[in-house]
Amino acid sequence: MADLLIELFSEEIPARMQAKAEADLLAAVTAKLKEAGLAWKTAFAVSGPRRLTAVVEGLDARSADVREEKKGPKVGAPDQAIAGFLRGAGLSDIAEASIVSDPKKGDFYVAYSTVPGRDATDVIAQAVPAIIRDFHWPKSMRWGTGELRWVRPLQRIVCVLDGKVVPFEVGGVHSGNETEGHRVHGRGPYTVTGWADYKSQLEGKGHVVLSRDDRRAAILAGIETACAKAGLQWIEDKGLLEEVVGLAEHPVVVLGQMDPAFLDLPPEVITLSMRTHQKYFAANDAKTGKLAPNFILVANIAATDGGAKIAEGNARVLSARLSDARFFWEKDKATPLDVMGEKLKTIAFKEELGSLGDKVERVAALARELAPAVGANPDLAERAARLAKADLVSEMVGEFPELQGVMGRYYALAAGEDARVADAIRDHYKPQGPSDSVPTDSVSIAVALADKLDTLVGFWAIDEKPTGSKDPFALRRAALGLVRIIVENGVRVRVLRALAPAIARLLSTKKIAEEKAKLATLKLVSEEYGFHEFYEQAVEVRLGQSAAKQFTSVSKDFAWDTVVSVLIFLADRLKQSLRDQGKRHDLIDAVLELGEDDLVLIVKRVEALAAFLATEDGATLLAGYRRAANILKAEEKKGALPEGLEVDPALIAKGPAAELALWASLNETTAALEAPLKAEDFAGAMTALAGLRAPVDAFFEGVMVNDSDAQVRENRLALLVAVRGALHKVADFSKIEG
Amino acid sequence: MSAPKAHAKPKSFQDLILTLQAYWGAQGCAILQPYDMEVGAGTLHPATVLRALGPKNWRAAYVQPSRRPKDGRYGENPNRLGHYYQYQVILKPNPANLQDLYLESLYRIGIDPTVHDIRFVEDDWENPTVGAWGLGWEVWCDGMEVSQYTYFQQVGGLDVFPVSGELTYGLERLAMYVFGVDNVYDLPFNDPASEVPLTYGDVFLENERQQSAFNFEHSDVEMLKRWFADCESQSNALREAGKPLPAYDYALKASHTFNLIDARGAISPTERQAYIARVRDLARGAAAQWAEQQA
Repeated sequence: MADLLIELFSEEIPARMQAKAEADLLAAVTAKLKEAGLAWKTAFAVSGPRRLTAVVEGLDARSADVREEKKGPKVGAPDQAIAGFLRGAGLSDIAEASIVSDPKKGDFYVAYSTVPGRDATDVIAQAVPAIIRDFHWPKSMRWGTGELRWVRPLQRIVCVLDGKVVPFEVGGVHSGNETEGHRVHGRGPYTVTGWADYKSQLEGKGHVVLSRDDRRAAILAGIETACAKAGLQWIEDKGLLEEVVGLAEHPVVVLGQMDPAFLDLPPEVITLSMRTHQKYFAANDAKTGKLAPNFILVANIAATDGGAKIAEGNARVLSARLSDARFFWEKDKATPLDVMGEKLKTIAFKEELGSLGDKVERVAALARELAPAVGANPDLAERAARLAKADLVSEMVGEFPELQGVMGRYYALAAGEDARVADAIRDHYKPQGPSDSVPTDSVSIAVALADKLDTLVGFWAIDEKPTGSKDPFALRRAALGLVRIIVENGVRVRVLRALAPAIARLLSTKKIAEEKAKLATLKLVSEEYGFHEFYEQAVEVRLGQSAAKQFTSVSKDFAWDTVVSVLIFLADRLKQSLRDQGKRHDLIDAVLELGEDDLVLIVKRVEALAAFLATEDGATLLAGYRRAANILKAEEKKGALPEGLEVDPALIAKGPAAELALWASLNETTAALEAPLKAEDFAGAMTALAGLRAPVDAFFEGVMVNDSDAQVRENRLALLVAVRGALHKVADFSKIEG
Repeated sequence: MSAPKAHAKPKSFQDLILTLQAYWGAQGCAILQPYDMEVGAGTLHPATVLRALGPKNWRAAYVQPSRRPKDGRYGENPNRLGHYYQYQVILKPNPANLQDLYLESLYRIGIDPTVHDIRFVEDDWENPTVGAWGLGWEVWCDGMEVSQYTYFQQVGGLDVFPVSGELTYGLERLAMYVFGVDNVYDLPFNDPASEVPLTYGDVFLENERQQSAFNFEHSDVEMLKRWFADCESQSNALREAGKPLPAYDYALKASHTFNLIDARGAISPTERQAYIARVRDLARGAAAQWAEQQA
């Protein structure tokens, strides 16, 4: 049993890379040991700004000998085969091989050999240089005149097995037993014999906190103490915490004061400036809950003056940063949002889809159209959409892209815009991820929907759909956001209806329209959805009136295909979201088949259907439906089911009671379905359907569809068609799984 | 290794520069003078960009006045300048103890490491104009970026070997830090106890005002556009003649001319990209030809 300590000591490793490198090193070391047949008791790793350390305890000092067996040819095989076997097995004479008898194969040669075990030292001396050479860093570099690549220059390698150096060299660095501590507090060097000694020296005289967990705990404790003392409440920021854990070997929390005059800047600006530029935590005043004029930083030193100079210096830097921010803030406020909006015309959104200014025009028109459906004031919706992207050209957003929308809201408020318009500027980007909330105000909803619909239909129109894992324009996120906004707010929008003018507008403004054939198809879509005017616009704007007249026939259903494809993509996101909520998602297809494009109704139908199928009536009716559908399918396959089959009630009257009962029940059910379906009362519709269950069962019990009389047979098929038709008013039951 | 020690604070801005000059001179650097052309950064001095290429060893240090027309603030911003100084050090190949040498340079100008928090924060430097990139850090002193520290990996789109270590000190910022001054114009330029004490403002404030007015209001954009085209064709012609050094000079001239045009906000984003691409082609072309001649 032996204990191994490996430390790779380098110049400062980027904070974001340390945790993964630590895990990778441990995995690589243990994999190599395992490969060499060495076992161990425990293995772990730690990492910090200047080192990756792996420790293996209770390691086998030597791997076991391995007996190998190599099967050869039959006894009496040709000389050539024997010679090949000897070569392969490393034997000089066939007499050195054993002969094994097999009842089936007869006698054949076998060579036995023993591969001797290896000392752990040898294994490690070979493995570690290979690990270093093959190590994967997100970005690596060379330095000096060496060939080795590492994340930053590799300065030292400690490799000690049971107190003794495992000697090797890699890229000019020789393994040894010396390491360094904190640059200022205890640089060393320290000669180490193993993990326990290494830890006690480095954490003692070296003033290095070795593990991430310990550093995190120290930082959190420091923040708590500092906040408690100053009456502050830390604004938790896990991402930043993980980063600063990798920025200090000897973390010391220092509380700084900033000039309170800066608090008139938007708090988002202050906290973001602190976080991204300076890696400070922000805190609220524990009493008022408002942002406090303080910042919390993590230094890499216990300064002899208690951190006074550090706090002072950092405050000066923050002041300079915030002065810049104030300069942007004042300058932006002096520029009306409309003027900023004008500049969007010079910024490309996506080449084929025009400028950001073009996009804003489209979104503004669409937001106005959508406004009534979401209960928004159309004027406010259009105004908000017009201003929604203006802040992208502001100085502040240029400096802090994360503040897009947030700044626009402030600028709109400062300019006296309606508060709902201002909120919509900020909130139309929502939801920005699965954990973000959706906008709830009607104006924000209108703009958010319009923006996302325009994006989706645009990228679909130029065939830039996401494929596999590739989604460079984050279209999945946009679609999922769209679905969530609609469903969570219960917004009643016919998606296809909303998309039709969106694509019409796109076609009218961009060179997609140059593909004349595509325009023609648009006409159909437009007519179907009553958007003639967009079609007319599209054609006339691009091609002029006389050309417009030529487009009366369809060559390719481009526009239609596009909007349907977007709808299907949205439905897929809806399925995903229902699946995430643990709901039945297979029922969506059953509802979609009805041509439903109102996502709220889709969800309602799916929920009612799921509830119905969970009842005995539902399950039995589904079974009956399947029986009927199978019979019809078989007929359809044979081509024997004529179109437009009508039930002949006179013929039924002559048939068995069960047939008559089904016919009567079907008529009742069809009538009873009307009212609840109209009222979107899908639970009511299911109750109405439930009435069919017993008659359908009885029908299949007592009636043969396949009657010898062809007329009767056909009439019974017609009856089944009618039953299927009634059920399909609620959902396409053939799409239901399970 | 003994604990690092701080030295006495320099007396003035120029004293700080002289300290750095003496220190890096003692490390075997050729102490060069600034390049006599308008550049946006000390890196662009041929002593760095071009010398980083090729197999020959090299050590140099120098002050480089840097002009960034867009950053001009009419002398009204205490931190931002359209004209300022960078201190540039290049060591090729980088010595193994370059980090220590660098830290020692900070101690020499009076930064006490037992009181101040010095940090190496990831910052991968790149300058697409000259096709250069490297890995390294921003060096922070109490949260203030005082230097850029880079191990060059590519210049002119070519892998470099041996690898150079490059240090860029923002002199005004560093000095403001060392002297605890909040406004750059208050920096003591020479010894405040001398017969004619001068502040940074005495030396440069009026210049910032007038140059800002030129950059933002008075430059003749049409003329600048012509100049740009002329510099471009001269640079291309020089490269065709196999003279990468003057070709590089004219690439620098084109680059600064573009910066002036850009400061006026007179070009659309698309045009802007096109200009940047043209400068990049000139600079990279000259660098690549120089590297070929060195090989």
